[in-house]
Amino acid sequence: MTDQKSFESKQKSGRSRIFLRICRYLFRHKGLCIAALLLMLSANGLALVGPKLSGKAIDAINLGTGAVDFDSVTFFCILLGAVYLLSALLSYLLHILMVHLSQKIIFSMRHEIFEHLMKLPVGYFDKHATGDIISRISYDVDTINASLTNDLLQICASLVTIIGSLVVMLTISPVLVSVFLVTVPISILFTRYKVKKIQPFFRKRSGKLGALNGYAEEMLSGQKTIRAYGQENTIVGRFDERNETATNAYYDADYHGAVIGPAVNFITNLSICLIATLGGIFYMLTLTRPETWPLLLCIGLGDVAAFVQYARKFSGPINEFANIMNEVQSATAAAERVFRLLDEGPEPQDCPDAQVLAECSGDVSVDHVNFGYTEEKIVLKDLSLHADPGQTIAIVGPTGAGKSTIINLLMRFYDPQTGKICIDGKNIRRLTRDSMRAAYTMVLQDTWLFCGTVRENIAYAKPGATDEEVENAAKAAKIHEFILSLPQGYQTVLSDDGINISKGQKQLITIARAMLATSPMLILDEATSNVDSKTEQQIQSAMHALMAHRTCFVIAHRLSTVQNADMILVLRDGSILESGTHEQLLASKGFYSSLYLSQFN
Amino acid sequence: MRFLAHYLKPFYGWMALGLFIKATGSLIELTLPYILSHILDNVVPGGQISQVLVWGGIMLACALFALIFNVIANRMAARVAKESSRVIRHDLFKKTLSLSSSQIDRITVPSLESRLTTDTYNVHHFVGMMQRLGVRAPLLMIGGLIVTWMLDRTLTLVMMATLPLICLVIGVISAKGIPLYTRVQRSNDNMIRIVREDAQGIRVINALSRTDDERARFETANKALVASEKKAGYTMALSNPLITLLLNIGLVGVIVIGAVLVNRSASQPGRIVAFIQYFTLITNAMLAVTRLFVQYSKGVASARRIEEIINLEPDVSVLPQDEVPASEGIPADGIYFDDVSFSYNGVRDNISHLTFHIPSGKSLGIIGPTGSGKSTVALLLMRFYDPTQGRIFINGRDIRTIPLDELSATFGAVMQNGFIFNDTIEENISFGRDIPHERITACCRTAQADEFIESFPESYARELTFKGTNVSGGQRQRILIARALAGDPSILILDDASSALDYQTDARLRQALAQDYPGTTSVIIAQRVSSVKSCATILVLESGKVIGQGDHETLMRTCPEYAEISHSQMGGDLLD
Repeated sequence: MTDQKSFESKQKSGRSRIFLRICRYLFRHKGLCIAALLLMLSANGLALVGPKLSGKAIDAINLGTGAVDFDSVTFFCILLGAVYLLSALLSYLLHILMVHLSQKIIFSMRHEIFEHLMKLPVGYFDKHATGDIISRISYDVDTINASLTNDLLQICASLVTIIGSLVVMLTISPVLVSVFLVTVPISILFTRYKVKKIQPFFRKRSGKLGALNGYAEEMLSGQKTIRAYGQENTIVGRFDERNETATNAYYDADYHGAVIGPAVNFITNLSICLIATLGGIFYMLTLTRPETWPLLLCIGLGDVAAFVQYARKFSGPINEFANIMNEVQSATAAAERVFRLLDEGPEPQDCPDAQVLAECSGDVSVDHVNFGYTEEKIVLKDLSLHADPGQTIAIVGPTGAGKSTIINLLMRFYDPQTGKICIDGKNIRRLTRDSMRAAYTMVLQDTWLFCGTVRENIAYAKPGATDEEVENAAKAAKIHEFILSLPQGYQTVLSDDGINISKGQKQLITIARAMLATSPMLILDEATSNVDSKTEQQIQSAMHALMAHRTCFVIAHRLSTVQNADMILVLRDGSILESGTHEQLLASKGFYSSLYLSQFN
Repeated sequence: MRFLAHYLKPFYGWMALGLFIKATGSLIELTLPYILSHILDNVVPGGQISQVLVWGGIMLACALFALIFNVIANRMAARVAKESSRVIRHDLFKKTLSLSSSQIDRITVPSLESRLTTDTYNVHHFVGMMQRLGVRAPLLMIGGLIVTWMLDRTLTLVMMATLPLICLVIGVISAKGIPLYTRVQRSNDNMIRIVREDAQGIRVINALSRTDDERARFETANKALVASEKKAGYTMALSNPLITLLLNIGLVGVIVIGAVLVNRSASQPGRIVAFIQYFTLITNAMLAVTRLFVQYSKGVASARRIEEIINLEPDVSVLPQDEVPASEGIPADGIYFDDVSFSYNGVRDNISHLTFHIPSGKSLGIIGPTGSGKSTVALLLMRFYDPTQGRIFINGRDIRTIPLDELSATFGAVMQNGFIFNDTIEENISFGRDIPHERITACCRTAQADEFIESFPESYARELTFKGTNVSGGQRQRILIARALAGDPSILILDDASSALDYQTDARLRQALAQDYPGTTSVIIAQRVSSVKSCATILVLESGKVIGQGDHETLMRTCPEYAEISHSQMGGDLLD
């Protein structure tokens, strides 16, 4: 029971915190907000002047042939036209301002999300579907924006109307105002109760849409395979399940939300009913029993009519507020998802006294490192290794031995639980990440090309590389000829996944990219796994040139690449089983030599 | 709009009912002020408290009915919006999956993705809002017009004189707004593309310390998106003030003409007062319509983007038998490529004049340097693209005449970028086909995958992550091979499917394949001679041309390139 309560109160404080946090984005643009509010109020004010002026103009229309005071009519009509023109101008300005303001906020929100994405540890991207991340930065931000600016300012502007009407009503009949003492709290309690009940539906809605996007993204990336297997219908069927869940979640939120607006509307209608009835009765009693009826409750018919009018004005904004409640809620749910991303712990800051790794000879040591992606499952056990500057360290071992994990640690994508890794004797935790990572060039099996020209993709490792440098790198990687065969040569734009380029060609492009890098250390993780052996041989000399004078970490299953390493580490179940040169390992007749010999059987 | 109408058609009945309920609710609510004035004007002066209470009760009942009707109508509207957008999204996704590779290349994946997401939301939102707000306003407007018409025809005509102008404003602004929102969506595609790319390439970006450049790249896209949204927003911002102004000008016109009429004793000031009150009602209704406006432009822009995809003509269509030339002299059995040439982009042939024949049950090996067109042969065979010249036959039938589902059932393929999705191993292998567990374990045995799968505590129920990042490259390949085998295909295509396997496993795999699938025709694309060595026919490709054809022994003698590759690989590979 208490658990339930504390959970609920946590939920509540969470909600209001989210709300306040959204407001903070508005406060950043105080000037614009105030300007918008002022414009809103003056536009509202002018809207009130209009009927007054038209009233005056009509007053000048006296009954009877030829009795109309045309001078006054013309005067007031011109004035009226001017007022309307001015109010149109103001309202246009207000709209422009609102668009401007909301775009400013949306811009900074997206900016912050992206900034944060860039700061997040690599593990975040390993765990979250790309489609879900995209959903947060596009759909959720759009949803926040759709309601935020308009609704919040609307509420602020309505507050003025509410207070004004309240004051006038108090002067007419404080007793009748007491009707609102009953109905307004009912409205508020009801809305709060409903909002609390409905919020989970909105949260679910945002979450399910994110999941749907994640699924769509995943399946689109496998579209070719799905078609090859003729499984379109099955996948569409699964998509439909998610689509159904998502649209149902959308509908559920709408379904429950559909009550709030009309219900609050009903409550205000109810109060007007009460006022009319009570007011009517008071009026009658005032007339029939003037001596016994308390003075406080005395009221004239005109007062009742006026009171009702102001009561309508008073409840208008309240209704409005209830009507936009749905939008506010869906914005809150979306904001929750955005904020959850923003609150995701970024890669810990470089430690305050972190040094910049300027000159680096390439001496790397790994000292008694223990690491697991989760606390329970240790992947690397008490791992130690040392690479002298310029050495090539090959890492071999069966699947799941932790080869790629070593790379993750060397690059500091993850930090080990215990033990330390040093470059030139400096603990990498005491170095700035940027400078430390810049000391490595990395070629991974999973090639990454982005939508840009071939030239841009190659020059990515060295901004400002000359055309000649780019071409030389491409020539060394034996991909130059292929690039020239593309429609626009080096200026050909590689679309999405670099379709029509084979995996081997993609690897060659990333190798060309690496050729441009000037860092003292190199990581090759199955870098040429999809390159045919002939081409691999052709790029061998270039690879040797690339690897010379650099400390290299090579993960490969091709013997040719591994054989010449200064040191081969045989990894098994997260620890080093054997190490040594190719010859030493063969001589020791251990695991390595048995694997090596097995291929000749 | 015709596109949306098509999807809303099944719901016309529901919508009409919903609109009717909404209209009734709104009308009931509109009676409230009249009951109120009745109470104040007629009942209260009568001095009977009971009468006041009766009328108060009637008012309360009306309010209650309005509440119920509005809630029901809103819920019905939400239901229609939900159902229609669910169907739209279904159709869009279905179509997306059937697009040809060149169509996807052209539209791009991020754009497809944003059409599946943002655009369908926009449509959803619009359909819902249209039903909720689109009733009351026109109702008030028409009602108001009827009342004013009965009140004073001349003044009504004066007021309506502004209507053509208003229509013009609406027409012009929406004509401008829709393309502007289309551009917004295009900028959105661009923004999504960058987020997608960076989420996938975060390691490389971090390793090269290029986060600042990515930030700049995103900033540009973000700015462009904001700029296009602003432009659209500024244009739409014109509608409300302009329409209000026009209505108010009409109002001033009514007063002026009214004054003239009264001066001629053709009207009365009281009539003008009443007239103006209704006029305000109409104006407010009109303003509610302008609020719909932005959503309308967005919704239509998005609907068009969805429509664009759904209406794409499939560029791979099945030809009727009589539209292809007769296949005389074509082997009635196996796979036959007849002088096939193909180019992806028209600059140079990626495949040129390829002719070969593999009888059923035999195997074809394809070897050659990176980019020589090996995978293209497989893609052409599976009809991902049609050849620019020449024809391809399976068992004597031109593949263009084979229905697509029949064609795809012929193949079991492992492609270069093996697609692993987030589900269990079992699901990844059965891939939506109804395949019994025993069959799956048998396939895994052939694919040499049973051992490692069974070593997992969850065995076949083990969850794989998207792209299979929680298994090794070699394990991934074996799961993919098992998937290819599970459909018991008559043609097996293995494109670089065992490159991550160690020699021993690869050898065992080939042996098991030969043993368990003796009748299957196989096409094996590889970089290792050892993988294709045992094939009946081996094609050696270079720059899309065949430079050697024959079995291993023949090629060793006749094709120096092949012999060279073979020698260079004597060292072989080490291990997984």
